[in-house]
Amino acid sequence: MRVMRILIVEDDRDAASYLVKAFREAGHVADHAADGETGLALAEDGPYDVLVIDRMLPKRDGLSLIGELRRKGRETPVLILSALGQVDDRVKGLRAGGDDYLPKPYSFSELLARVEVLSRRRATGAPDTLYRVGDLELDRLTHRVARAGEEILLQPREFRLLEYLMKNAGQVVTRTMLLEHVWDYHFDPQTNVIDVHVSRLRSKIDKGFDRPLIHTIRGAGYSVRA
Amino acid sequence: MNRLRTLLSTTAFKIIAAYLFIFVLFAGVVIGSLGFATQRLFTDQITETVEAEVRGLAEQYAIGGIRRLVNVIDERARRPGASLYMVATFSGEVVGGNIGDLPPGTLGLQGWIETDYRRADETSPTKPHRALAQVYGLPGGFRLLVGRDLEERDRMREIFGRGFRLSLLFALVLGLIGAYFVTRRVLKRIDAMTESSQRIMAGDLSGRLPVAGTRDELDRLAGSLNVMLARIETLMTGMKEVSDNIAHDLKTPLTRLRNRAEEALRTASGDDAFKAALGGIIDESDGLIRTFNALLMIARAEAGNQREGMAPLDLGEVVSGLGELYEPSAEEAGMSLSVSAEPVRILGSRELIGQVVSNLVDNAIKYGRTEGSDARIELSARAEDGFAILTVADRGPGIAEADHARVLERFVRLETSRSRPGSGLGLSLAAAVARLHGGSLTLADNGPGLKVVLRLPRWVDEASHAHGKV
Repeated sequence: MRVMRILIVEDDRDAASYLVKAFREAGHVADHAADGETGLALAEDGPYDVLVIDRMLPKRDGLSLIGELRRKGRETPVLILSALGQVDDRVKGLRAGGDDYLPKPYSFSELLARVEVLSRRRATGAPDTLYRVGDLELDRLTHRVARAGEEILLQPREFRLLEYLMKNAGQVVTRTMLLEHVWDYHFDPQTNVIDVHVSRLRSKIDKGFDRPLIHTIRGAGYSVRA
Repeated sequence: MNRLRTLLSTTAFKIIAAYLFIFVLFAGVVIGSLGFATQRLFTDQITETVEAEVRGLAEQYAIGGIRRLVNVIDERARRPGASLYMVATFSGEVVGGNIGDLPPGTLGLQGWIETDYRRADETSPTKPHRALAQVYGLPGGFRLLVGRDLEERDRMREIFGRGFRLSLLFALVLGLIGAYFVTRRVLKRIDAMTESSQRIMAGDLSGRLPVAGTRDELDRLAGSLNVMLARIETLMTGMKEVSDNIAHDLKTPLTRLRNRAEEALRTASGDDAFKAALGGIIDESDGLIRTFNALLMIARAEAGNQREGMAPLDLGEVVSGLGELYEPSAEEAGMSLSVSAEPVRILGSRELIGQVVSNLVDNAIKYGRTEGSDARIELSARAEDGFAILTVADRGPGIAEADHARVLERFVRLETSRSRPGSGLGLSLAAAVARLHGGSLTLADNGPGLKVVLRLPRWVDEASHAHGKV
């Protein structure tokens, strides 16, 4: 696993120390800034992979911090963490230059999964046309999926689901991320709709094979890995 | 004194003062022009009379020379009246007439003159009179003056002047009294309004501004302020309801959460037991967060401040997308989900509408089944007149008609569904979102089953109108 350097800009002491601790436990390096000005200074100087920024901060608010950073040409991925979680708040955050938006209260596994996806997106260069995990192949150009050389027929939506999971192979992908990226819905389904889709996909991909490729990560989501 | 100053500074008073000024000006112009016309008439009459007399005297002079003229003048001067005569020699010696004294040099003038004079029979020196007269030079150096007293004309002028001043005074006094009463009446009503608004600001939101029933502008103002107050009151009541509901209904799951943690601390031994307990706590808090989010969403939708986030969208597309999302879940629950979606555009929030449809389908999957029925859920979007109609119908036990209104309230869950998961907010969120979009939510009997109908106003794009498609 790649070690990430993460900057957390959060004024709440408890929340910040919880995050720093949790990221360190997950094997990453985490720094902390308690206000917007310090956060901006650190983000400009330090080589961070991902910035996790609260919206409401003393001295300089999160959105203006991100705007300033982007104006100075810094492309470090930013995840906005905020108690303002309504649709228009999220839109505002993303327009200000944030790459992802997670409303509070959040679960750490969701945050970690999103941060990992953000950091990976920067690490990889040009988009691949062929994803490969173990003996599973997905060709984005021909929309062909095959496992152990055997072609698997998928519905368009199942293809997009597998595509997103394989694009982030090895990472944890949460249900909310799937709903956002595969279905483009930003709301909270009350039930296990996503699980049903994943289990259908799983029955086509993993059934009859000794080694399952789609793994359920308890309390977090799913992950595709060999 | 202070009260008078307030009175003087009111708009009503200023308007009345302006009207008063205009009225006085108008009266002045009318009386003035009338006065001038009358005076002119008088002057014309005088000059005519004098000219007639001069003609008569000229005849006498032609017949009998200066002697006859003086005799005639003396005779005429004895008659009472306003006519004035004077004949004088070239050295200024008076030889006839009824004028006693003239300002020096008057007789040296020619033609029409207006001059002061004294009558010959006046003994004591009084204020001089005014006269309009004509002066002629006669052969032999004699001077003749024929004129008429102007007393009547001046008295008339004075009468007009007095009339003007009187009417001015009258208008002023009347106007001020009127202004005082009108302004005081308006002030009284405004004071009453101020008083009630202060009472309302102090916290009595049920208070309203007084309406006099006169349908004037003050009444209209009070009326629209009252409508605004009613709206604010509704919103405040809504807010209070939300906080009451949060207090009541979030306390239960919070207590459950606490109990679980306590129980784990007290009884659990071993990592697995702790992990299981913590897992349960996380599930419980997730449920809490969901309920909380739904409540916030309802509150925001009801406050109606999300309209700016709305954009034109195809309800049919939302419905078919969600149908596709939920189809596997329905199948897994042993039900079939049939979707019929025709394109129909509305102006709305895709996320809120999506959340609502998802809640409704979710409800149908949870509750829409009875033993032996065909367990079919029908999800549809279609256009009907100016509306986009979204329906979610199941073949379950339905909801008794008597309960239809009640289930739209927050947190209301019918006894039959208490045992199943859910916050009881799904339908009230749907109703709030419908209202936010200017539409409505109704429940109907699907015979058997429940049919939820969401009516939203259609959005008609003007550009597409121009191209002949709607």
